[in-house]
Amino acid sequence: MQASAKPEFSVNIVTNLTTPAGRETAAPLPMRMTISKVNFFYGPKQILFDINMGIADKRVTALIGPSGCGKSTLLRTLNRMHETVSTSRLEGEILLDGQNILAQDVTALRRQIGMVFQRPNPFPKSIYDNVAYGPRINGYKGSLADTVEKSLRHAALWEEVKDHLHKSAYELSGGQQQRLCIARALAVEPEVLLMDEPCSALDPISTAKIEELMVELKNLTTIVIVTHNMQQAARVSDFTAFLLTGQIIEFSPTPHLFTTPSDPRTEAYITGRFG
Amino acid sequence: MISGRLRWRKFVSNFMLAMTGVCAFVSVLVLFFILGYLVFNGGTSINWDFFTKLPKPVGEAGGGMANAIVGSGKILLLASLMGVPVGFLGGVYLAEFSGKGMASVVRYAADLLNGVPSIVIGIFAYSLVVLPFKHFSAYAGAFALGMMMIPITLRSTEEFLKSVPRMLREGAMALGASKWKTIVTVIVPAAYRGIMTAILLALARVAGETAPLLFTAFGNRFESHGWSQPTATLPVMIYTYAVSPYDDWHRQAWAAGLVLLGLVLIINIMARTILSRGIAVPRS
Repeated sequence: MQASAKPEFSVNIVTNLTTPAGRETAAPLPMRMTISKVNFFYGPKQILFDINMGIADKRVTALIGPSGCGKSTLLRTLNRMHETVSTSRLEGEILLDGQNILAQDVTALRRQIGMVFQRPNPFPKSIYDNVAYGPRINGYKGSLADTVEKSLRHAALWEEVKDHLHKSAYELSGGQQQRLCIARALAVEPEVLLMDEPCSALDPISTAKIEELMVELKNLTTIVIVTHNMQQAARVSDFTAFLLTGQIIEFSPTPHLFTTPSDPRTEAYITGRFG
Repeated sequence: MISGRLRWRKFVSNFMLAMTGVCAFVSVLVLFFILGYLVFNGGTSINWDFFTKLPKPVGEAGGGMANAIVGSGKILLLASLMGVPVGFLGGVYLAEFSGKGMASVVRYAADLLNGVPSIVIGIFAYSLVVLPFKHFSAYAGAFALGMMMIPITLRSTEEFLKSVPRMLREGAMALGASKWKTIVTVIVPAAYRGIMTAILLALARVAGETAPLLFTAFGNRFESHGWSQPTATLPVMIYTYAVSPYDDWHRQAWAAGLVLLGLVLIINIMARTILSRGIAVPRS
């Protein structure tokens, strides 16, 4: 199939997306990441069951589901943050650009896959130093000031902070801090940006700004977002995966999932009958 | 009946309130009494000579304790150089790298070391550093004080590192920082003010120690050059002068007490200043 600028979504893509790696040659969208047969455990407890999905390049993929369904855990396996818990165990394969992420050096991997957390977590440093942190620890050789400006512009924060870059990051509002964290993640030019409920600690106006930002950031990077807010998933994402008790119940283009869900459990969840 | 009981309860409540108030007042009073006494007696005996002159022989009026002031400074500096790195790096290990079992053993040992009477530390330093070299020295005194600084530095480093929110660690690691880089660039800077404060307070604490110095640094009536001679220090000078039968020496001892207090006060103020500057990590 010819690569077109704006490929139409079809049910056909959906079935391809949900199949394991290697069988999606017909999919019109290039995959940035492929997750195959992933089972995940904390100690003896299994959290994720046989997860298969693709993360489309330069698109927003949303993970939704009720609390405890494993959506955050799935997100954290993508940059191997789960390894901070010593009892965790991952089976299966996760590919980034065809390379198994489990076989790579973890610090090198995390430079390619950025992450934004539930609550803004700027470092106790100035705004400038926060954004410059990633390039600095990675031995960036170019102009740091340019990178900082570019990243802050991408995060739609530049105009608000350009006159006081050397003030403490904690003097910003919660929404600004979260955009600062996005800028900090963008400064290392990640191929994929993971967002773990990035708006759950923010007010509606800040949330709207970040959602707007996500749509713009698609040109720059690939986004995977975990959200407990279905409307948010519907507004910002191109694909949505619905998880329940550690399993993917349905994975479809977002309009499709929210209008004509194929599984009754998906329908029950998106119509608010549980969760 | 009920009103009688109520009256009794009110009486107990007021009585306890009064008691706690009086006790709080007494504890403050003790401090101010000591301070006032020291300032009064020391202030009348202190003069410029005290800071610049060496001690005079018995019977001759005047003289000062320049050698003890310098000696205390030297020994405290050397003690910090010995104790702080060990305590700090040990604290980093406890907070960031060690397993639970190992950490609890080290923590317990540090608490025990903290509880060892300072005179025992002095004997230990005496047998380890003084006896083999066959003379008292500044570094023997510094060794004793440095050892006393280790547990305080270690425990407070560990506590302050542990109180750095997990979110900050994850933030750094998600940007591709290795564990070591995360510690050096984010965690220690976030905890640095607390750690510095604790180190300064540890320093202020050992600055007034007398017992560990009695038979390590010993004392000296003259200027001591280098690190391997018996060295005068303020606390030991206070002890020697206070137990002497001479009025002039008593006055000198008061003056030395005031100077020592001033030194501790300055260190405390420095600690507070550090705490109030820089970017604080908000509690989450």
